[in-house]
Amino acid sequence: MFLGLDYNTWWFLVFGAVISGYAILDGFDLGAGALHLFLKKETSRRIALNAIGPVWDGNEVWLVIGGGALFAGFPVAYAAVFSAFYLPAMIFLIGLIWRAVAIEFRSKEPGKMWRLTWDIVYSFACIVVTLSLGLMLGNVAMGLPLNEEKEFTGSMLTFFNPFSIMVAVTTLALFMTHGAIYLAMKTENRLYTKLTILAKNFNIFFLLCFGLTTLYTLLYIPHLSDRIKSNPAYFVFPAIMLLAIANIPRQLKKGNYRFAFVSSSVTIASLLIAVAVEVFPNLLLASNDAANSITIQNAASSPKTMKTLLIIALVGTPLVAVYTSFVFWTFKGKVKLDEMSY
Amino acid sequence: MDTEILSRIQFGFTIAFHYIYPPLSIGLGLILVIMEGMYLKTGNKIYEDMTRFWIKIFALIFGLGVATGIIMEFEFGTNWATYSKYVGDIFGSALAAEGIFAFALESGFLGILLFGWNRVSSKVHFFSTLMVFLGSMFSAVWIVVANSWQQTPSGFHIVGEGLNARAEITDFWAMVFNPSSMERLLHVWVGAFLAGAFLVMSVSAYYMLKNRHLEIAKPSFRIALLVAVIFSLAQLFTGHTSAEGVAKNQPAKLAAMEGHFDTAAVADMYLFGWVNKKTQTTTGIKIPGGLSFLLHQDFKTPVTGLNAFKPEDRPSQVNSIFQFYHLMVAIGMALIGLSLYAGWQWKRGRLFEKKWLMHLFVWAVLLPQIANQAGWFAAEMGRQPWVVYGLLRTSDALSKNVKAEQVLTSLILFTLVYATLFVLFLYLLNKKIKHGPVLHTIEENKISENSRRENPLMNQ
Ligand code: HDD
Ligand code: HEM
Ligand code: HEM
Repeated sequence: MFLGLDYNTWWFLVFGAVISGYAILDGFDLGAGALHLFLKKETSRRIALNAIGPVWDGNEVWLVIGGGALFAGFPVAYAAVFSAFYLPAMIFLIGLIWRAVAIEFRSKEPGKMWRLTWDIVYSFACIVVTLSLGLMLGNVAMGLPLNEEKEFTGSMLTFFNPFSIMVAVTTLALFMTHGAIYLAMKTENRLYTKLTILAKNFNIFFLLCFGLTTLYTLLYIPHLSDRIKSNPAYFVFPAIMLLAIANIPRQLKKGNYRFAFVSSSVTIASLLIAVAVEVFPNLLLASNDAANSITIQNAASSPKTMKTLLIIALVGTPLVAVYTSFVFWTFKGKVKLDEMSY
Repeated sequence: MDTEILSRIQFGFTIAFHYIYPPLSIGLGLILVIMEGMYLKTGNKIYEDMTRFWIKIFALIFGLGVATGIIMEFEFGTNWATYSKYVGDIFGSALAAEGIFAFALESGFLGILLFGWNRVSSKVHFFSTLMVFLGSMFSAVWIVVANSWQQTPSGFHIVGEGLNARAEITDFWAMVFNPSSMERLLHVWVGAFLAGAFLVMSVSAYYMLKNRHLEIAKPSFRIALLVAVIFSLAQLFTGHTSAEGVAKNQPAKLAAMEGHFDTAAVADMYLFGWVNKKTQTTTGIKIPGGLSFLLHQDFKTPVTGLNAFKPEDRPSQVNSIFQFYHLMVAIGMALIGLSLYAGWQWKRGRLFEKKWLMHLFVWAVLLPQIANQAGWFAAEMGRQPWVVYGLLRTSDALSKNVKAEQVLTSLILFTLVYATLFVLFLYLLNKKIKHGPVLHTIEENKISENSRRENPLMNQ
C-alpha cells in the first residue's frame, strides 16, 4: 500500500499515464504523417517533416516505456495481449519500422521519384500504425475470448468487429486533427493557412466518427458505460471529454492553435481514461467468461517488484520530464529549414 | 516446421539484424564524444567538420537501430508468452529501466545532437552528444543484465508449479549483479567500441586511398586507431574473464565451445577444428591440455565434458557453437595484430603511406561485426536447450496460441522488410561516404564569423 492505494493500482495508473503520454505525443507525429500527402509542395513536406524531426523518436520511446511497464508490472497481461494480437501487433511494428526509416531515408536523395516513394511509404505507414493501434484499443475495450490459462482462443477475424473498426477510424481522425493542429503551431504563411483548413476538416471528420462510435457503444456494448452510468461521480470523465472535444472547434475558429492543441491532447487522454474507468480492474476482459479475465491482481508481478518499479518510475519520470521539456524548448517556435534538416 | 523452430529462427534473425546497428552507435558515439571534445578543447574547426560528418553517418545507423529495436521489445510477448510470464518479474524491470533511463535519455538528446547545431551553444551540443553516448551505454547495461540473468539466474525464487511457475525477485541487486552480468557487459561494450573504431578507420582509409578529404580522414583515423589499440587489447581480458565465468557457471556451454566430450580427460584448446558429434571427436590444430591450463593453471587437470550431462540437458549444435566461438577468438587476435601493427607504423610516421594496409582497413570494418555476431550466437546457442539456464526449457517457453503459419507469415514479412532495409542502408551509407564531409573551414573565409553559427544555408 502507498497513499491508500495498493501497488497494483498504482502501477495501473502509471501504465495508463505512460500510454496516454504516448498517444498524445506520438499521436501528433502519426497524425502529421497521416496527412503528409495532403501537403503538395516539396518545401511544405520538408517543413512538416522537420516539425517532428527532432522529437518523434523521443515520443516513440513512450511506447517502449509502456511496453516495458506492462511487461514488468503485469507480465501475464503482456504475454496474453501480444500473443493474442500476434498479426495486428506485427503489422503495427512493421509500420513503425517503415515510418522510422522513411523519415530517415527521404532526405538522402534529391530525386523526385525517390522522395515521392518515401512520402507515400511514410504516410501509409503512419496510417497503418494508427489504425492498428485503434483496432487493438477497440478490442481491448470489448474484451477477447480467453481460456482458463488466459490464452486467446479466437482467430484473426475476431479482431475485425464493427466496434473496433469504428474505434480504429475514430483514432485516425483524431490523430489527424491533432497532427494538423501541431503542424499549424509550427508553420507560417501559406502552409499555415492550408493546415488550419485541414485541421478544421479533420475535426469535422472526427466529430462524425466520434458521434457514431459513441452511439454504437451506448446501444450495443453496454459494459462500456456501466460504471459511469451507475456512479454519478464518474460523470466528470465524460464531462471533461466533451468539454475538450467541444473546445477544439472553438479554438480553431479563434485561430488559437496552442489551446486547440491542449484540447486535442486532453481529448486523447480522456478517451483513454474513459476506457480505463470502464475496464478497471481488468486489463483484458474475457468476452466468453468473465472468470477468465486478466486483472491487475492475477496478472501482477510480485509486490517486491512492484515496489522496485515504483521507485524506478519516481526517479525516472522527473528526469525524463526535464530533458523532454528541454528538447521541446530548444526547438520551440516556427520551423526553419537549415543545413542539418531533412 | 513447428512453432518452436520458427520462433527461434525469427528471434535469432531479428535480433541479429538489430545487433548490426547498436554496436556501431555505441562505438561511434564514443568517437563523436572524443572528436567534439577535441573541438571544444582546441577550437580547431577541423574537429567541428569532422564531428558534423560523423553525426550524419551516426544518424543513419541510429535510425535503423531504433526501427529494429522496437520489434525486439514486443517479440517476447508475441512469440514467447510463457517465457514472458515466467521471467516478467525480473526481466520486465530491466526492460522498463532501460526505457526510462536509457532510451529516453538517448532519443531525447538525439534531437539536439542531430538538429541542434545552430540552436544551442557548442557546450550544450557537446553535452547532448555525451548524453546520447551515455544513453546508448545504459541501454546495453539493462539488456545485457536481463540476458545474463537468463544465463546465470540469481536473486530470485520460484513460485507456482508446472506451467504456472514463475520466477520472482527476492533481491534486486543480486539479480542485477548476477554472476555473469558485469563481465559480459564489459565484453559487449568493448565489442561495440571496436565496431565503431573500425568503421571510422574503414571510411578514413577509403578517403586516403582516393586521396580525398585528407584533412578529415587523417585525424579521424588516428583517433579511431587509438581507440582500437586500447580496446582490442582490453577485449582479450574481458573475453578471458567471460570464459572463466562460463567454465564456472555453464560448464556444458564451455565444453561445447571447445568440443570437449570426455569428463575424465584433460581438455585441449583448439586454434581451428571440426567437431563430429556422432563419434564425439574433435579434430584440428590444438594446444594439448590448453583449456585445462587456462582454467586450472595446470595441463593435467581434467575438465567437465559434454558427456557429464544428460543428452536432453546439453546443447545439440556443438559444432556450430565451436565454430562461432573460434571465429570470434580468431578475429579478436586479428584485431589486436592489426591495431598494434598500425600503431607501430603510426609511431614510425609511415602509417598512411602503406597502401595495402589502407586496403586492409577498408575491409576490416567487417571483422568486429562478425565477431560480435559470432559471440552472441555462441553464447545463445550454447545456452540451449534452456531459455533460462537450468530452469526453463526453450520448448516450454512458447506462446501456445500462436500457430506455426502465423510465425511463418511474420518471418517471411521480416525477411522481406529487413532485406530491403539492409540494401537501402548500404546504398545510402555508401552514398554518404562517397559524398564525404563538407568543409566549413574553407567557406569560413567567405562568411563572417557571426553568420556562420546563424547558419548560411538556412534559406535554401
Ligand atoms: C535479454 C534477452 C536477450 C538478449 C539481450 C539477446 N537475446 Fe538472444 N535470445 C533470447 C534473449 C536475448 C531468448 C528470448 O531467450 C531466446 C529465444 C529462444 C531462446 O532460446 O532464447 C534467444 C535466442 C537467440 C538465438 C537463437 C538460438 C537458438 O535457438 O539456438 C540467437 C541466434 C540469438 N538469440 C542471438 C542473439 C544476438 C545476436 C543477440 C545480440 C544482441 C542476442 N541474442 C541478445
Ligand atoms: C532482446 C533484446 C533487445 C531489446 C528488447 C531491445 C530493444 C530496443 C528498442 C525498443 C530500441 C529502440 C529504442 C528507441 O526507440 O529509441 C532499441 C535500440 C537500441 N538498442 Fe536494442 N534491444 C535489444 C538488444 C540490444 C542489445 C544486446 C544492445 C547492446 C548491447 C542494444 C542496444 C541498443 C541501442 C544502443 C539502441 C539505440 C539505437 C541504436 O543505437 O541503434 N539492444 N533496442
Ligand atoms: C580475444 C579473444 C576473445 C575471447 C577469449 C572471448 C570470449 C568470449 C566468451 C567466453 C563468450 C561467451 C560468454 C557467455 O556465453 O556468457 C563471448 C561472447 C561474446 N563475445 Fe567474445 N571473446 C573474444 C573476442 C571478442 C571480440 C573481438 C568481440 C567483438 C568485437 C567479441 C564479442 C562478443 C560478443 C558480442 C559476445 C556475446 C555477449 C556475451 O556473451 O558476452 N568477443 N566471448
